[in-house]
Amino acid sequence: MTPAPTWQRRRRAVLRDALGVGVATGAYGLSFGAIGVAAGLTLAQTCATSVLIFTGGSQFALVGVLAAGGATVPASVAAVLLGARNALYGLRLSVLLRLRGLPRVVGAQLVIDESTAMALAHADDDRARRLAFWSTGLAVFVLWNLATLGGALAGQSLGDPRALGLDAAVPAAFLALLWPRLTDRATRAVAAAAALGALLLVPVTPAGVPVMAAALVAVVAGALWRDALLGRSREAAA
Amino acid sequence: MSTWLAIAVTALGCYLLKLAGLSVPERVLDRPRVRAVAVALPVALLAALAAVQTFAVPGGLALDARAAGVGAAAVALALRAPFLVVVAVAALTAAGLRALGVG
Repeated sequence: MTPAPTWQRRRRAVLRDALGVGVATGAYGLSFGAIGVAAGLTLAQTCATSVLIFTGGSQFALVGVLAAGGATVPASVAAVLLGARNALYGLRLSVLLRLRGLPRVVGAQLVIDESTAMALAHADDDRARRLAFWSTGLAVFVLWNLATLGGALAGQSLGDPRALGLDAAVPAAFLALLWPRLTDRATRAVAAAAALGALLLVPVTPAGVPVMAAALVAVVAGALWRDALLGRSREAAA
Repeated sequence: MSTWLAIAVTALGCYLLKLAGLSVPERVLDRPRVRAVAVALPVALLAALAAVQTFAVPGGLALDARAAGVGAAAVALALRAPFLVVVAVAALTAAGLRALGVG
């Protein structure tokens, strides 16, 4: 064991990591901005999506389903369901941070993958985990939104989205978000079943419905492969 | 207008989920079945979204330049390329094939 670092050193390390995570997520923000305007959203709508929804997977889902001709309801349902994991992050954080009143109302918007991971990584110290949550959440919020604006401006000045291959960039973004989650047989089976089921439904249902149906796969899998799926989540949290 | 409505509804739903996590007693959400579904949910939705966006055309399925782009993205992911590179590889592959008159 190395000696415990002083608070000053720890504080600097937390802030440096928070900024690094913010810059890294900025890359996602750039592609989201470009894909948003390519999907037919206005500049204002693309930027509002990043400010108001502020959870990447849900934003890509909303834009992807709308771009494919999906109606408002299936697009929103798919996007909100994809954000359901944030409720579980909030649950972990509520014990760690014990936010009340205004800090809880404001902090809720910052409950995302990155801020949760950083708070959990510094769970051993009360000050450090609070600093990790707030600094990571704010760094990602600022850089994610600036990058969205930059990507949307760049996307606007580009030409025909199809000629640029942006319709292939959207599913590639989903695959990139999915990839790190395919860590064991249970999650790979869930992914395969959901993808296959959705493709079978495409010719016979309106746009957006096949993706909503994938949520049913998750519910069934949660019952059938409960222990296998939770074994994975325990490892990830450790 | 419906796009703004979709953004507003999604934003409200996503915010309430985040707030609920911080607010409800732990035992309500912390049942094994609920946690297992929560692990499976993003995997299922992301897989379905990736598949549908790769192969769906109005009224059915098609194998076109998008599939080649996503295939190239999978190779980039296997080589541990960063997110932006993965997305760019997919776009450039599809754009290149179309410039050649394929897909």
